[in-house]
This record gives sequence, C-alpha cells and structure tokens, in this order.
Amino acid sequence: MHKKVRRETWAFYLCISPWLIGFLLFVVGPMIASFYISFTRWNLIEEARWVGMANFERLFLRDAKFWQSLRVTLLFTLLYVPTELVGGLGLALLMNQKIRGIKIVRTIYYLPSVLAGVAYVVVWMWMLNPEGGLVNGALAVFGIQGPRWLTDPDTALYAIWLMSIWGLGRTAIIYLAGLQGVPPALYEAASLDGARAGRLFWNITVPLITPTIFFNLILSIISTFQTFTSAYVSTNGGPLDSTLFYVLYIYQQAFGSFRMGYSSAMAWILFVIILVLTLIVVRSSSRWVYYEGEAT
Amino acid sequence: MTAIDLSTDKQPQSVEKQRRPLTIQEWLITGIVWAVAVLFLIPVVWMVLSSLKPDYQIFAMPPIIFPQPPRWANYREALTYVPFGRYTVNTAIISLFTIIGHIVSCTVVAYGFARLRAPGRDTLFVVVLATMMLPYPVTMVPLYVLFNEIGWVNTFLPLVVPAFFGNAFYIFLLRQFFLNIPRNIEDAARIDGASVVEIIRYIIFPLSLPAMATVGILTFQFAWNDFLAPLIYLHDQQLYTVSLGLSFFRSSFQVSWAYLMAASLVTMLPVLIVFFVAQNYFIEGISLSRVQ
Repeated sequence: MHKKVRRETWAFYLCISPWLIGFLLFVVGPMIASFYISFTRWNLIEEARWVGMANFERLFLRDAKFWQSLRVTLLFTLLYVPTELVGGLGLALLMNQKIRGIKIVRTIYYLPSVLAGVAYVVVWMWMLNPEGGLVNGALAVFGIQGPRWLTDPDTALYAIWLMSIWGLGRTAIIYLAGLQGVPPALYEAASLDGARAGRLFWNITVPLITPTIFFNLILSIISTFQTFTSAYVSTNGGPLDSTLFYVLYIYQQAFGSFRMGYSSAMAWILFVIILVLTLIVVRSSSRWVYYEGEAT
Repeated sequence: MTAIDLSTDKQPQSVEKQRRPLTIQEWLITGIVWAVAVLFLIPVVWMVLSSLKPDYQIFAMPPIIFPQPPRWANYREALTYVPFGRYTVNTAIISLFTIIGHIVSCTVVAYGFARLRAPGRDTLFVVVLATMMLPYPVTMVPLYVLFNEIGWVNTFLPLVVPAFFGNAFYIFLLRQFFLNIPRNIEDAARIDGASVVEIIRYIIFPLSLPAMATVGILTFQFAWNDFLAPLIYLHDQQLYTVSLGLSFFRSSFQVSWAYLMAASLVTMLPVLIVFFVAQNYFIEGISLSRVQ
C-alpha cells in the first residue's frame, strides 16, 4: 500500500511539473530578480549598480510624473470599478430577462469584450474624434457642442472611461451566471407574500449574488490598476500627462528610457498597492458576502 | 459547485407558451433590452460604414451615415499600405502554438490536481490560483532581461514558450471539468494497467472536448488581441502581430480614418468569426471563472 501512495505522489508531481517549472522560471525567479533590480540602477548595457533605496526615494520625493501616474490610475479606478460593478449588474439583469431573442441580445452585449485590444481602441478614437466622430455628431444634432475628448486634458480620462464601458459585457456574463444560480423558488415564495420587484431585487437577488459581486470587485480592481493598451494606443499618456496610467509610465521607464531598476521599483509599489487593496476587500468580505453553502 | 445553465429553459416560459398579449411592463423591458443592444452595436456599424467612405465624406458635419457610393478600394489600399497579410500570418502562428501549449500543459496539470493525491497538493493549488492575482508588470522587466539574455527578443519564442508551462486560469477551468467526470471510468483502465498518460490521452481528453474547445477559443482570443507582450518583444516589423501593425498604422502620420476602420475591421474579423461560430464556449468559459 505504501508503495502505491508513493507512486501516486510521484505521478502527481510529474503531472504538475510543467506548471511548477513555469512557476519557478517565469514567476518566482523573476519576482526575486525584480525585487533585487529595484535597488539598482541598470540600463541593460552597463553592469547593474546597487543604489539602495535611491529609486524609491526619487519616486516618492522627486518624481512628479510618478505621483501624476498614481493620481490618474486611482482616479480612473474610482471611476471605473463602480461603473463595472453597477453597470455590469444592470446589463446582466437585462440579459436575464425572459424575452424572445434573448440569446441574440446576450451575444450582442458580449460582442465588444471579445474585441478587446488595439482595434477596439482605434474604433473608439474615431467614435470620439471631435471632427467627424459619431459621438459629437450625435450631440450636434441636439445642438450640443461636444468636448474634444481625447485631445483635451480635462476630458481625456473620461473619454477612456467611456470607451471602457463598451466592454462591460464580460463582467455582465459573470453576473449572469450568479443571477441564474438564485433558486426561482425563492422569488416565487416572496412574490406570493406580495413582495414587489424592487424588494425582491434588494432582499433576495443582491444578497445571494454577493459572492459574484465580491469576485467581480477583486477582478475589477486588479485589472483596472493595470490599464495599459487603451491609454498607450489612444493618447500615449497625453495630453499633458492627463492619461499617464501607472503601467504606461512603467513601460515608458523600462522600454523607453531603459531604466530597469527604476521601473522595477515602480512595479513593486504597484504590487503592494494591489495586494493591500485586495486584502482589504477580502477582509471586509466576511461582513457583506453571503455564502449560501452547498444546499442551493 | 453549482451547475451553470445559460439557457433560459429552466424556468417556464410563460410568454412563449400562453401567447397572451404582453403587459405594458413587458413591452417596456423588451424595449430597454433591445435599445441597449442597438447602442452596443452602433460602434461596429459605424466602423463598417466609415471603412467604406471616400475621404471627403469622413469629416462631413453632420456625419453622413451611409457612404455614397461605398468605396471598396479602401480595403485594398489600407491592407497594402502596411503588410497586414504578413501580420495576420504571424499572429496566426503565435496563436496556434499558444493554443497547443495551453491545451497540452493545462490538461496534464489539471488532471494531476483533479485526480492524484499527494502531500502539498491543496497548498499548491492555492498557489496556482494566487498567481492569477499577480500584476504582469512585476515580472515584466526580469522576464525581458531573461529572454534578452538567451537571445529570444525579436522572436516569437517569449510569446509562445511560456504557454507550454500552463496557465492558472485554464488549469483551474479544466480541473473543475475533470472533477465532474465519474472516476469509475478511469478505474477500469487503471486496473488494466494503463498509465497516467494513456488515461489522459484515451479517456480524459476525448471526454473533455467541450472544455478543450473553451480553453482553445479563449486562448485564441487573448493571443490574437494581445498587445503588451508583442510590443515588448517584437521590434522587427516583419514579426509584427496584427495588434502591433494596427497600432503602428495608427501612429503613422496622416492615415485616413477610413483606412484605419478598414484595417481594424479586418484585424477583428478572425475573432469575430470564431465568436459567432462558438459563442457558447466563450460565455461558458467566462461564467465558469466565477465558480470557486
């Protein structure tokens, strides 16, 4: 018997060895390296030079662009995470209606999410173009002079927010799965008791999908903090650094100026911020996330 | 784990069965649902219409909705302006190998986590899940340094090789699927002396084709749309992916929006086609990610 257990252990580690090797090679190793590099000055050509806390000192004390990128990213997160949570749920409620053609509707809502990438952003740059763009064209019909969107430092971040909304279908699909996990019997029982739609939503639907809300909240924070492609393609951080997202600034430092130490220090600050925020959400979850157990 | 059924068939479809007239509330809901659907389609329709406009109609204010006459030459001109054919082939090669890598590696790893008992297994699985939370920038610089050292920068290898070492999300997804396959099917094979590789190859794999399709299709979508990794590793224009090509095309001076829309549409087309053919796999794959 003992021999069989040992053989199974061996087989297990053999099976997971691709992941384990990849984990050590592409995650653990680079993390250790990145931590070390963040205390050096290194441009890939000369030898890396140990500079202690100098990178962090410079970031916090002397780099206005660092604070700007942090400000942009935080502002965008405060704007987009609630949009994703509420808008995604709203969209999921629409997707969950029992009406004819609802499968086609779901396909349409989800469609932009599969297009996420450069083409998606380019289409929206054209949609929001002050001259000839559809958005301002539509506003003009109502006699409204539309803003200059991506080319105005006051509106550029909101323009990126607006274009991101088109991709809410992805969040909505995850919500939809949550909504469909709510047992219909609960609604029926409550309806018989005379509860109105609004109360059904707040007292049954919302509590039962709190695990999905929790999951989406964490996913949304992590991905929003790493916004890159939309800013790189549409504005490259401008105008006047108004869309200088944090990861975009890391990219510019690493692959534009070849400051490997500096950008690694920035990456670790990002990691700590995301980790702390995630932990806060996880710790708070015992107060507001309702776990139904296996019964339903 | 709760089973996810995306069809609406579970609950009685009163509208369908009784054929009673819709109430005002139902009309209203139907109206809102479709109005939002139209809003979601507008950018795509606008892209198609713009791609066919001659230059002088592009900036017309108020916008001209329908190009008159449609200028099909935009497509030919946009696609020869930059070698999008080359980019498409490059992206297809990267996608194909990434798909193979993910399916092979994730299947084996997920099988281990789903079926084989060993000390440390559950801890390791938590580690797998935790890696999904790791921000890409943390490993971005050292990975570049690593691939640079071994001379892989400016090749497809940094984009493709890591796929053969598994992916946390797909490992998780496949493990969930394998857990639902009855164990006794393999037991008979195991008694007959089949090895783990044989069990995966001849029993698990054929039974998991829908899950494999999900992994393959989602991988295709991400590989096709990926931007940051190709941007970092591919510098030679001959090696560009469609995303890089389009970004390059956009930043080149004085490109007409009609050309850009034509090129955008063409780069989107493969993902669009796969999506329409296999949309259930997309939607189920994403939904599965919720189950924890």
